[in-house]
Amino acid sequence: MNVNHHPSEALLLDYVSGTLGETWSLGIATHLALCPTCRRTVDVLEAMGGDLLENISPAEMSGDAAARMMARIDVSDDAQNKTGLPTLQLSKSHILPQPLLSYLGKDLADLKWQRLGMGAFQSLIQTQEKDVTARLLRIPAGKPVPEHTHRGLELTLILSGEFSDATGTYKRGDLQEADETLGHHPCAGKDKDCVCLAITDAPLRFRSLAARIVQPMLGI
Amino acid sequence: MTERDNQSSIAEQMAAHIRKVADHRDRAAFAEIFDYFGPRLKSFVMRQGSDPQLAEEVVQETMVKIWHKSGQFDSKKASASTWIYTIARNMRIDLLRKMNRPEPDMNDPSMTPDPDPMAYDKIAFDQEADQLKKSITLLPEDQQRVLQLAYFEDKTHNEVAVELNVPLGTVKSRIRLALRRIRTELGDLR
Ligand SMILES: [Zn+2]
Repeated sequence: MNVNHHPSEALLLDYVSGTLGETWSLGIATHLALCPTCRRTVDVLEAMGGDLLENISPAEMSGDAAARMMARIDVSDDAQNKTGLPTLQLSKSHILPQPLLSYLGKDLADLKWQRLGMGAFQSLIQTQEKDVTARLLRIPAGKPVPEHTHRGLELTLILSGEFSDATGTYKRGDLQEADETLGHHPCAGKDKDCVCLAITDAPLRFRSLAARIVQPMLGI
Repeated sequence: MTERDNQSSIAEQMAAHIRKVADHRDRAAFAEIFDYFGPRLKSFVMRQGSDPQLAEEVVQETMVKIWHKSGQFDSKKASASTWIYTIARNMRIDLLRKMNRPEPDMNDPSMTPDPDPMAYDKIAFDQEADQLKKSITLLPEDQQRVLQLAYFEDKTHNEVAVELNVPLGTVKSRIRLALRRIRTELGDLR
């Protein structure tokens, strides 16, 4: 399975340098789980960070820093065992990779979906951020994604099925990075419902009448 | 000894120190890691905008993590400085922003495996690390500037565009060109 659509190097750099917020990072990290190519790019970017760290001119440490350090490891050695690794949750369907699965807390079959109109559904994903929204969308086979506009950035990561718009066809693992200049009309593939992770930094505006009526109630 | 020999032997020494910490809880080796990386980590975090005291706190927490996670260090996967860079980055996000940083889980069976593990070997070997160092210094100045702002000054590529007063597309293409060039020189891209 080949991933053909990747996030920009600029976004991967933001992810690696740590400036990218939690919700966008969820989209990038989930793409990374499905994309060896971008994992390699991240390795190179992290190696660049390591190189810059190695070559930076050192700052002076306060006089007792080393002594405090050694005292710290003595104390924390005793307390350490409390931070065991959390048990890895497995996706029975193998459709939801980590870290997405942990954020949803349940597998695809057990999710609660909200109706968006025109046969489409969404399931909102909680993060600590208020101004960026992550959701799973489920679009019925052959149907258009409810027409919408967005301000700012929108990331769409295909998890199951496919969708197409003027920029191409997107399959599992493919990520579309769209800014407000892309007025797109994505449509789910004919054979299968399309499930995707969609992340937006402004409220999505769905244009269909049915969607407009439910929109205030759903808070999107 | 040339400076290059010096650098790679430091990388090897640090990797050996981390293994000693992992295998023997070796405090002397740990003190060596602290002596070398502590002042560099502090400098790095201060350049990202923290005051000296807060920077030292990030250093301390990062070093505690190194002490406990040393068993996870794999010199075939990352150099000591790269491994420490990622720990410090995560610690800084955790301490200063109180934010989660989602990451893929390498043990997740739903993950798409690397097609050819050899082709995707990480930047670990000294030869590769040396090449990387050289490639970065040979980048055109405008590309280096963008990378410095991103790593050192904690700016997103959007903020870099504002800082440099250039269009977003220009920043994105500088990052793309820098990466392509570095990966070509690493023999990653043909
Ligand atoms: Zn990718």
